Amino acid sequence: MTTPGDSAAEIWPLWEVFVRSNRGLSHVHVGSLHAPDEILAVRNARDLYTRRSEGVSVWVVPAVAITTSDPDAKGAFFESPAGKNYRHASYYSKSEGVKHL
Amino acid sequence: MTSTITPDTSATTVISVEEQQFNDLIEADSRIEPRDWMPEGYRKSLVRQISQHAHSEIIGMQPESNWITRAPSLKRKAILMAKVQDEAGHGLYLYSAAQTLGATRDDMTDALIAGKARYSSIFNYPTPSWADMGSIGWLVDGAAICNQVPLCRASYGPYGRAMVRICKEESFHQRQGFEILLELMAGTEEQRQMAQDSVNRWYWPALMMFGPPDDDSPNSAQSMAWKIKRHSNDELRQRFVNMLVPQAAVLGVTLPDPDLHFNDETQQWDLGVIDWTEFHEVLAGRGPNNAQRLQRRRDAHEEGEWVREAAAAYARKQPALTNEREMAAS
Repeated sequence: MTTPGDSAAEIWPLWEVFVRSNRGLSHVHVGSLHAPDEILAVRNARDLYTRRSEGVSVWVVPAVAITTSDPDAKGAFFESPAGKNYRHASYYSKSEGVKHL
Repeated sequence: MTSTITPDTSATTVISVEEQQFNDLIEADSRIEPRDWMPEGYRKSLVRQISQHAHSEIIGMQPESNWITRAPSLKRKAILMAKVQDEAGHGLYLYSAAQTLGATRDDMTDALIAGKARYSSIFNYPTPSWADMGSIGWLVDGAAICNQVPLCRASYGPYGRAMVRICKEESFHQRQGFEILLELMAGTEEQRQMAQDSVNRWYWPALMMFGPPDDDSPNSAQSMAWKIKRHSNDELRQRFVNMLVPQAAVLGVTLPDPDLHFNDETQQWDLGVIDWTEFHEVLAGRGPNNAQRLQRRRDAHEEGEWVREAAAAYARKQPALTNEREMAAS
């Protein structure tokens, strides 16, 4: 499957950018950019996505290296949790009013 | 709506499963993402709008970079550089969003420098005085914010997300512009005149940024049905003027519209007639600075050719270089 934004007509490969805003937090996807190699991708990501101290760490990942679930099968693919509300704490209502539960 | 394909085509149109899914997502006010099926018109319309928007950010660097070397203080110079750098960043966020739709960066750039793509007419006006840095921030970025805040909820995910980032940064732009005018208005008579003269020149073109009046805006209806656009041009223009009037009072500047008056009935500010001939002239390439702006963009692109080539050559050499380093280390 082709990656959006990545095509033979683009001279530079597409990179997905992830920024960790603070120690203790996950890297979060912030956007993408095109760059010739990983070194320039990291530098460009810094200039493009962290001009206001948005991050303490940046990851760049070649977009082609990401495998995604099939968008056309999203209903079926994520069907398993449906009807399994016993997986949520809110399903267990008999303990209501009991403290520290 | 649950029906997907109607066997009887005499009265109803056949809608594919994908199209139905698309319609349902739009209906539910959800978002369309790059890998989703979308109507060709939706894709085209977005590429047009997003790339025009990106071009506007990139061309928009020029009227302001004009003043970087002549900013009145080091502080103002640093601010202006940060702002122009932001505009470049905004252009890149938007080009990236358009690229998720299959548009290529080269095609978009080529269309711009060949004069085939449009960008906001506002950037074809000159910036002869320092006060114009104030007016651009207050009026031009102010109008842009008014336009862009609703775009954060645009139905196309990557566009909306780009707009969220842009809007956060635009508010600094607007405030620094307002502050420039405020300081000039607290200055000498000459400085006050410079500020007023600048507001006089930018006011009407800023109102034109919202686009033609609703009854003359061919793409609006479809764009609103697709929830790319959330409010009509006239609605946003009215909202902007309502905000400007009290701000102008704080600055102590007048707005150059003798017909501007408060309408007790609608509780809004009624404005005078906009000169749409000027708007169409500038859009058609006959504005004061169209040729200069495009020429400069073209030159920058051509002069940057060797940088792009060097970066690509370096990237090609990377695997070999890494091998050499590893060999040397072992």
